[in-house]
Amino acid sequence: MSDMETRTPSRRFVDRSIVQLTLVRFREFIRQPEAVFWTFVFPILLAVGLGLAFRSRAPERPLIGVVSSDATAAGIFASLQKDSTLTAESFTSDTAAQHALRTAKVAILAVSDGRGGVRYIYDPQRSESAIARLVADRAIQTGAGRADPVAVSEMKVTERGSRYIDFVIPGLLGMNLMGSGIWGLGFAIVDSRSKRLLKRFMATPMSRAEYLMSFLFSRMFFLILEVVTLLGFGVLAFKVPMRGSILDLALICILSALTFGGVGLLVASRAKTVEGVSGLMNFVMLPMWILSGVFFSSNNFPSIVQPLIRILPLTAVNDALRANMLEGASLGGVAPQLIVIAAWLVISFAAALKLFRWR
Amino acid sequence: MVTTEHALLVKGLKKAYGDVVAVDGLNLDMKVGECFGLIGPNGAGKTTTIEICEGLLDRDSGDVEVLGMTWDANGNQLREKLGIQLQDTQLSEKLTVSETLHLFRSFYVKGRDVRDVIDAVQLGEKNNARVGTLSGGQKQRLAIACALVGDPDLLFLDEPTTGLDPQSRRRLWSLIEGFKATGRSILLTTHYMDEAEKLCDRVAIVDHGRVIALGTPAELIESIGATIPAPPPRASSASLEDVFVALTGRTLRDE
Repeated sequence: MSDMETRTPSRRFVDRSIVQLTLVRFREFIRQPEAVFWTFVFPILLAVGLGLAFRSRAPERPLIGVVSSDATAAGIFASLQKDSTLTAESFTSDTAAQHALRTAKVAILAVSDGRGGVRYIYDPQRSESAIARLVADRAIQTGAGRADPVAVSEMKVTERGSRYIDFVIPGLLGMNLMGSGIWGLGFAIVDSRSKRLLKRFMATPMSRAEYLMSFLFSRMFFLILEVVTLLGFGVLAFKVPMRGSILDLALICILSALTFGGVGLLVASRAKTVEGVSGLMNFVMLPMWILSGVFFSSNNFPSIVQPLIRILPLTAVNDALRANMLEGASLGGVAPQLIVIAAWLVISFAAALKLFRWR
Repeated sequence: MVTTEHALLVKGLKKAYGDVVAVDGLNLDMKVGECFGLIGPNGAGKTTTIEICEGLLDRDSGDVEVLGMTWDANGNQLREKLGIQLQDTQLSEKLTVSETLHLFRSFYVKGRDVRDVIDAVQLGEKNNARVGTLSGGQKQRLAIACALVGDPDLLFLDEPTTGLDPQSRRRLWSLIEGFKATGRSILLTTHYMDEAEKLCDRVAIVDHGRVIALGTPAELIESIGATIPAPPPRASSASLEDVFVALTGRTLRDE
């Protein structure tokens, strides 16, 4: 204890308290594996799962059963086999064929009526059977020599941007921005408060503004990682379109992250326990997960609640992200959404700073 | 250092939480260079008093002067000069000892070299250990290191050794004595009479939000020889503990 000399206040960059506070945010985050999982891995797992579950597939080919009873049946089977839009399966007995129909292994039975004609056995209430009826009849009539009077040519169109994965990736990005903003600030601040660490900081000359800024700085840094990981994955794995300006998209993300940071600060402004703030955060986020068009369009909700849904911050964020990525909208094109997001930013920060309890 | 006779001057301090009066007209007068002890049962108002002196709580009435300054006029200046250890702070378990101290050091304009402070509290070997892996005694030494790193003129220690094993307590005592040896001031609250006897130049016994006895440990022990019927078996070796029990009517760990 003898060497009590004080150091001169020539401060290196890393010795500044704003730098130290921001470093603490980084360290606490990366040393918490579960937080890393929920922020970076979980959204990608969700995107993979949803992408696989709702991937675009060729429509299933109807399965048509034939009972090989006589020459007519053989002709029917031959005609069906020539058609590439359906699959024909031959049964040796009526019983086996009926069983296949009852258990939906085949959509329809095409059997010989014994007088050179065809009889369809099917349930007209089943849509796949109704379709199979049309397809099978066309194949059998064409096979027997029917000629189409009108010539047909086709142009097939599959639009990127209209698939479910294209819809859900911007939604997941919005959800992630909300989750990390609200959790990131809410949890860390209330944890410090409940451990009396906030109070301990108040007993030092620490600047309160710098303490809050450190959260925003670290959020901005992790924001880049989050956005690049999720969008990079969407683009590489699913070829999700990025039609708008990347700079505009970055601005939307930054504004959104700041806004959700403000909401996180507001949620954390009074809560004394981690349990208390967790409940509050779920109360704030759950309605937006459902209403704000993360997984399905918010237009599904009745028009009477639409004005309410439109002013939720996550709705505005999701709409702006989708307009930018899928429609290539400019910032001007998403001005109404940006106004909603900015309004939440101002309101949440103003309220949070007014209510915030520093101990 | 601030040139003032008093490290701490408290006059008629009052603080109530709703109907509960925690501090009821308390007076303190602590000199620069003194190690001053506040002892008293739980709920006597020690922590409330110390937190008002630390600028963490507002007082209802009374005057508080710390190092010749007041919180109303010189709050920011005062925070630079105080070292504080709170009773129930949990430092972040995810940070290392060194990271924690660099953080606290960064808050102060002037302060000590982090490595020196770590060595002073004998945590050199734990420099890169996470706070979560430290023992209770090591955590408490780290808390005191955080209080020392701003090179304070006045140190507030609120029950620094509560819950520690005897060896850890002795280590903390020598740390506190080392600080005292540099001529700076310490305000200490404790439940342990032996601790107050060993460390404190003067002791104030607090009960019901007031100082009910004040003096050096020796004076206080001497004073009860006359005022209470001495406990027969060891009348000659009365301790501060006897004074405490006699005055507050309570045993030490009375909750």
